[in-house]
Amino acid sequence: MAVMLETTSAPGHYGPYGGRFVPEALTAALDQLDREFRAAIADEAFTHRLRELERTYTGRPNPLTLARRFGEHCGGATVYLKREDLNHTGSHKINNVLGQALLAERMGKTRLIAETGAGQHGVATATAAALLGLECVVYMGEEDTRRQALNVARMKLLGAEVIPVTTGSRTLKDAINEAMRDWVTTVDQTHYVLGTVTGPAPFPEVVRTFHQVIGREARAQILEAEGRLPDAIVACVGGGSNAMGLFSGFIDDPEVQLRGYEAGGSGVETGRHAARFAAGTPGVLHGARTYVMQDEWGQTVPSHSISAGLDYPGVGPEHAWLHDTGRATYVPINDDEAMEAFRVLCRTEGIIPAIETAHALAGAMRLGRELGPDSIIIVNLSGRGDKDVATAARWFGIDLGSAASDALSVEMAEGR
Amino acid sequence: MSRRLADVFAEARSENRAALIGYLPAGFPDRDTCVDLISTMVESGVDAIEVGLPYSDPLMDGAVIQEAVERALIGGTTTDVVLDTVRRVVEAGAVAVVMSYWNPIERYGVQRFAGNLATAGGVGVITPDLTPEEAGPWIEATDAHGIDRIFLVAPSSSDARIATVVASTSGFVYAASTMGVTGARASVSTGAGDLVARTRPHTNLPIAVGLGVSTGKQAAEVAKYADGVIVGSAFIRRVLEASGPNEASASVAALAREMADGVRA
Repeated sequence: MAVMLETTSAPGHYGPYGGRFVPEALTAALDQLDREFRAAIADEAFTHRLRELERTYTGRPNPLTLARRFGEHCGGATVYLKREDLNHTGSHKINNVLGQALLAERMGKTRLIAETGAGQHGVATATAAALLGLECVVYMGEEDTRRQALNVARMKLLGAEVIPVTTGSRTLKDAINEAMRDWVTTVDQTHYVLGTVTGPAPFPEVVRTFHQVIGREARAQILEAEGRLPDAIVACVGGGSNAMGLFSGFIDDPEVQLRGYEAGGSGVETGRHAARFAAGTPGVLHGARTYVMQDEWGQTVPSHSISAGLDYPGVGPEHAWLHDTGRATYVPINDDEAMEAFRVLCRTEGIIPAIETAHALAGAMRLGRELGPDSIIIVNLSGRGDKDVATAARWFGIDLGSAASDALSVEMAEGR
Repeated sequence: MSRRLADVFAEARSENRAALIGYLPAGFPDRDTCVDLISTMVESGVDAIEVGLPYSDPLMDGAVIQEAVERALIGGTTTDVVLDTVRRVVEAGAVAVVMSYWNPIERYGVQRFAGNLATAGGVGVITPDLTPEEAGPWIEATDAHGIDRIFLVAPSSSDARIATVVASTSGFVYAASTMGVTGARASVSTGAGDLVARTRPHTNLPIAVGLGVSTGKQAAEVAKYADGVIVGSAFIRRVLEASGPNEASASVAALAREMADGVRA
């Protein structure tokens, strides 16, 4: 039986999760976003324009690649990769950003702001702003501007202003705080392009909706290729947007297992991780009730992960509900296991994945052994690893030649 | 019977002036100095105190309050310390409410928080990131323990929203003067007067204006149309700029007197 997701909840809620915990000053803007979003997705001209951009600009549909040699490392399972890494800008993030940028234009807003961790969402937002002729400001934790220096340069090349955030832990969570502060001050002309399925309603629904194209394509592609649904679909979960996009295509197919892999960092037992389901508790962060890494007093606990994109102490509220209802299962993957999967994919398929994505690949390696050689698994290959080359080279002890090391020296200096 | 917010505003009204409300985070600059500074504020003419509950992600606050709460958190200010601070300042004669983001209250337990605050002598709670729609259990808990619930209205609030918000509010209505975060500004937004005027028809509660008030002159301006004037960042800046507790105390007292004169102008 399919799990009925929202029928038992108030609008904008997923069971007890989600909702809208924001200053009253933002209520009007969220109401406006909610109205315009619903009008837009019912408007054929809007959806047509978005589909055209997806086709001619993003490069959709992207392929579902059979990963034969990688599958051998997954207990012999048949493993397919949903190639979001082949999208323009290199990850799934562009799906949401194009949708929201068109919404901003529709609302008459001339300025986009965004938070970014690894920089992928910031790059995607800067890209959409350039495409539509909108002003763009990206907030990025100072710590992250150092470990993802190449993405900072990309955003600047695209004409965005990048503001390093020096408050708190100087990472993604603080970038969100700062973006919210900007938004409350400039809301008349500014749209906040939230980058994942978190935040106050309607953001989780808006972002999931614009990523549903991932699941829609994957479902049609697997039926075409195999004539049946997969046994499991897997994705990494930071905020959880790529996972929600893939899951949405299979959520009503109870025979398909949904697996999310969160960052185990140095190991959940060390306290240095971003495992919200393994070690967090329900709470409110950044406008939504969800699983949060927090202490006994409700103070947010800093997260840690080798991947900046999974390094976040909260998670999308719909994931919290999928977790509680048992529809999806969430498992932590430690840094070293993720990096081993990263290495295996490079060597077996000639694909360098993002380190975020490597967590999902590690999950597939575990799950394939569990489900056996007759099983079919789809991995959301959410992003490519160009941005992570310096981190990975350092991890594997690769000696970069002097020219390459000059180009990457900034990242190397502060990277992991 | 200890004094409530209604008494504070009634007294001010009987003197034809606005009430002065001052904010300081618990544990800032340290536990004891915070209590001393609050006593100083009360002695120097502040009518009611907002004791801030320091939170790791204060997304409605500007740089000054962020710095203060970060220090308070590093100093080990927990929710129990906040409640103890309330107890101590109430014993010293203050009328105290707590200003807190929602998660620490939810984590503490809404019934437990409201009950322990009432026991400590606190009379209300301001929740800047909680709106009535999400406040069901909180409304029950505050009603059960006789705690005033202060929600905010903002310049962007529609008249219908204002009606919804004030219907769930008690004690006073907090009118955010401007679209933005906390922090001193050169002038108080003209939008504040409009917002107060739009709020009046919906409630008989007193309306206090906060965000950006940092001088006696600004307090006097706001006092012309509002029932209360809220000052936060300006007090904190005095503490941050002082070389030690004595200078901080003198500087805070001077500002409190300037503000108290302002609301009487």
